[in-house]
Amino acid sequence: MSHTEAAALSPETVIRQMKQNGVTDVVWLPDSETNWLYLLMQADPELRLVGVTREGHACSIAAGLYAGGRKPMILIQNTGMMESGDSIRGWLMGLQVPVVLMVGYRGYTRHGVNSDTAATYTERFLMAFNIPFYLVEGDADAERISVAFAEAEKTKKPVVVLVGDEYHGFNR
Amino acid sequence: MMHMTDVVRVFAEHRGDAIVIPGRSGRYWAPISETAFDLPLGDPAMGGHAGFGLGVALAQPERRVVLLDSEGDILMSLGMLATIAEQAPANFYHFVLDNEVYATTGGQPVPNAKHVAYDVLARGAGYPRAYAFTELDAFTRDLPGILRAPGPVFVTAKVLPEVENEPISRRVRWRKRTADKVVQDLRSALTSPA
Repeated sequence: MSHTEAAALSPETVIRQMKQNGVTDVVWLPDSETNWLYLLMQADPELRLVGVTREGHACSIAAGLYAGGRKPMILIQNTGMMESGDSIRGWLMGLQVPVVLMVGYRGYTRHGVNSDTAATYTERFLMAFNIPFYLVEGDADAERISVAFAEAEKTKKPVVVLVGDEYHGFNR
Repeated sequence: MMHMTDVVRVFAEHRGDAIVIPGRSGRYWAPISETAFDLPLGDPAMGGHAGFGLGVALAQPERRVVLLDSEGDILMSLGMLATIAEQAPANFYHFVLDNEVYATTGGQPVPNAKHVAYDVLARGAGYPRAYAFTELDAFTRDLPGILRAPGPVFVTAKVLPEVENEPISRRVRWRKRTADKVVQDLRSALTSPA
């Protein structure tokens, strides 16, 4: 196994983190490479998947699920997160919804030199909205997902987990 | 065309124990009922009420959830209709009060205001039942049956615009609770012993 393969974030790890943190519903729009995660989530009878047609919709749906007593999670890409700015403000921050958004970091490069403006503006967007975020690049970082859940619960606010370089290896 | 107050009054007679999300009609609903099961959120972000209603309905499948939506919100989030239809919550009743304008910004018409068939859009997106009303008599006659049958149901009602031209800072504030308090009140009520 190469170093890259050993370090990659596995979909099984993501599912395990969801379970550990009591996620009941995943509101999502497919990322570039999340099909394997989708298959795992779909096969899990304890998880409800709510597919949306635009990422901002995920915010109000998650808010409604939370209001009704569920524990939702949002799974989208950074491009869609930026598109969703006003919904994040109004539906998640305004209603004080403690939710974790797992966001595929399209264009991410560890060295910071990138050619994709989706990556250029991702962290700046989060800082402008004052949304805490954690970077996860591989399985070794997975515990940061639980940290994000704990922070969301404590602050009653959305917290973002950025998945570095998206989910390479998820399309099996 | 119907008056908003009449539509809301007729609905209130048949509300039962439903959770009600009054959407943009909150100022008409607030004088009628203000319990933990009434969710007057104001306008957190336009286009999102349908998603919020869907979320509540999925979370509370044993309770009827009624949303009073607007055509402006629907037009902003047409894709939400497909998401709702796919999830198909049997307890979800999606009403759209269509006044054909953006009433809170001065009454400018929504795009193609007089020619959009919202019930047809909903049916095309996969709602199993969709209705359109223009007259109060027919709405009053059919409403009990609509609410007795399983959802998801889509009901559009043509209402007269009541345009607000007063600057926002001078408008009457009808909300008694903040949006986050509304959410917390519902969560508390759902976990409290009956």
